[in-house]
Amino acid sequence: MNEHYPVPTGPRRHVPLVTRLVIFALGSFAFGFALVPLYSVLCKVWDTGNRWYGTQARHVVERPAVDRLVTIEFLSSVPNAGRWDFRADAPTMQVHPGKLYSTTFYARNRSGAAVVAQAVPSIAPSSVARYFQKTECFCFSPQPFAADEGRHMTVRFIVDPDLPADVDRVTLSYSFFDSPRVAAAN
Amino acid sequence: MAHVHTHDADHHDEKPAGIGRWLFATNHKDIGTMYLVFALIMFFIGGAMAMVIRAELWSPGLQYVDPAFFNSMTTTHALVMIFGAVMPAFVGLANWMIPLQIGAPDMALPRMNNYSFWIMPFAFTLLLSSFFTASGGPAGGWTMYPPLSLQAGNSFPTMIFAIHLMGASSIMGAINVIVTIMNMRAPGLTLLRLPLFCWTWLITAYLLIAVMPVLAGAVTMLLTDHYFGTSFFNPAGGGDPVMYQHIFWFFGHPEVYILILPAFGIVSEIIPTFSRKPLFGYDAMVYATASIAFLSFLVWAHHMFTTGMPLASELFFMLSTMLIAIPTGVKVFNWCATMWKGSLSFEPPMLFSLSFLFLFTIGGFSGLMLAIAPADFQYQDTYFVVAHFHYVLVSGAVFAIMAAVYYWLPKWTGHMYNMGLAKLHFWLSAIFVNVLFFPQHFLGLAGMPRRIPDYNVQFTDWNRVSSLGGFVFGLSQLLFVVLILQCVRGGAKATAKVWSDAEPVGLEWSVASPAPYHSFETPPLITDANTHHEHV
Ligand SMILES: [Cu+2]
Repeated sequence: MNEHYPVPTGPRRHVPLVTRLVIFALGSFAFGFALVPLYSVLCKVWDTGNRWYGTQARHVVERPAVDRLVTIEFLSSVPNAGRWDFRADAPTMQVHPGKLYSTTFYARNRSGAAVVAQAVPSIAPSSVARYFQKTECFCFSPQPFAADEGRHMTVRFIVDPDLPADVDRVTLSYSFFDSPRVAAAN
Repeated sequence: MAHVHTHDADHHDEKPAGIGRWLFATNHKDIGTMYLVFALIMFFIGGAMAMVIRAELWSPGLQYVDPAFFNSMTTTHALVMIFGAVMPAFVGLANWMIPLQIGAPDMALPRMNNYSFWIMPFAFTLLLSSFFTASGGPAGGWTMYPPLSLQAGNSFPTMIFAIHLMGASSIMGAINVIVTIMNMRAPGLTLLRLPLFCWTWLITAYLLIAVMPVLAGAVTMLLTDHYFGTSFFNPAGGGDPVMYQHIFWFFGHPEVYILILPAFGIVSEIIPTFSRKPLFGYDAMVYATASIAFLSFLVWAHHMFTTGMPLASELFFMLSTMLIAIPTGVKVFNWCATMWKGSLSFEPPMLFSLSFLFLFTIGGFSGLMLAIAPADFQYQDTYFVVAHFHYVLVSGAVFAIMAAVYYWLPKWTGHMYNMGLAKLHFWLSAIFVNVLFFPQHFLGLAGMPRRIPDYNVQFTDWNRVSSLGGFVFGLSQLLFVVLILQCVRGGAKATAKVWSDAEPVGLEWSVASPAPYHSFETPPLITDANTHHEHV
């Protein structure tokens, strides 16, 4: 009859399987964290157009396409409402691809104390983010503000002339975070 | 620890006395009972929250509760029903029935079984305790998307730790189920002779071990983002809130199969019995279940069609989601084919199984509609989604659990229950679950958003119908409690086979009713002659 018995016998017969299952569970837990770098890698490999990567350029060559106009929209948002004034000085601009432009954003610290802030850019549609290059931006570094200080901050950018022909509108948006701890870490 | 067989028949039914029997329970039947009672209590707590939601939605404008409290109702209703009612009910059924169905004396790891149950009351006390603090209960949605979920007060850490505890409990329960089924089957009970309830639970248990830790990881990242300055999901530090949605739904989609696969197992037991025919396509059922589980890892981003994914991803997740309709269709086909030319009778478990079959399929179809990426841009976050997942979870999972209770209750208590009352409970439930949820399809298609305490007046009529259905459905569940209490206390004596004229197949029907406290201390020998099904 025992040859019908499909399973291990003996007092510690469950130990090997339980060990394997516990390792499986721990592996799943680690996998959850591994998904974070994995997504970034996959986004780069598949070139799905990350909103942030590849938009910061040191050297650009101007070769203006004077017969083409693209609308650039500027958006601003503040996660902690009431503590900041933050807006684009010009809501939109008409630009020629291949030509360098600059514009400014205005921020004022209304939190009542000195704060280090950090602007985080995002470009939509994300698939054309790589054609939008910034040569200078207040988002490249943390911005210290005294209490009640307000100032205009510059961003210089160029739209690559290779921007796909069907795109006539690109949106650049900034979120303005006053997370001193995060800004300090940067 | 070695098993000592005394073979002393006098001691077979001796139960530990007093409260210690429950606190230190290691008997699978006691633990199964505790899980089922806990699930029933949580079903009513979550149901009461649903009643608050439906009362507030009786009219446009704000009536009874303020919006923050309303949001905490929708959030905790979901957490309580998913993690407190449906999952523990399935674990309770697994505890009671898996050892009986495989001819084992108990679950493989009885002590861990005790821990995994007793964690649950602590987890839910923790979750619900924040209602009694100034900041109120968790209100950012059960999906806990940052940054909204991080903006809660005391409810944030209690919710995270409650999720950790529930996860630990589920993982321990899952390990126990796998070890029991893999190591403790009676001689001759090969894997392809297993009852389908065991099969679907085995696959569910693997899903649990694969994805509950991922949820634990996701909420741990929320916790460190909030308290320890990490930036997994915080754009200020280079993180991305949409990343959370990817990780959450990598857990979340397999989770919906965790909530439905055991239900598939239950109806696969009941429909053959009351059709008086073996299950059609047993092997196909096993492979379909395994395919659904495998595919569930490849579809998560169908919850995120509107997050601005590239076209290729939208197409991939749309098509992979639709692919799941194939193995699911195989199952629905096989249940129908089992009934084909069968000698049907309509006892309460069969009634609930049949309405499961109809209504779950409706939920499956609305799921296919939601899978169409371009159409989903209209459906996203509307009541259409609410209607969809309540069809699969209430008239799907919950009806299957009720079918299981009506099927095995006489085995547990030794008494037949009041058939008239059970049928009344069935008809009230089956009719009013549709009155409750079907109009929500119309509301969603017309554009009513979910998780909103107030709405445009044009939505009033269907909201009234839905609320009315909700109140009657909710009240009629009290009949279920009355019936169970009556059945525990007395009633006509149940035979070992319980459904004698239907000749149910399975080892659980070879022990007396009520099932003795200790069963199968000597394993039975399984041959093709006493196996469930034919191979197709
Ligand atoms: Cu899904």
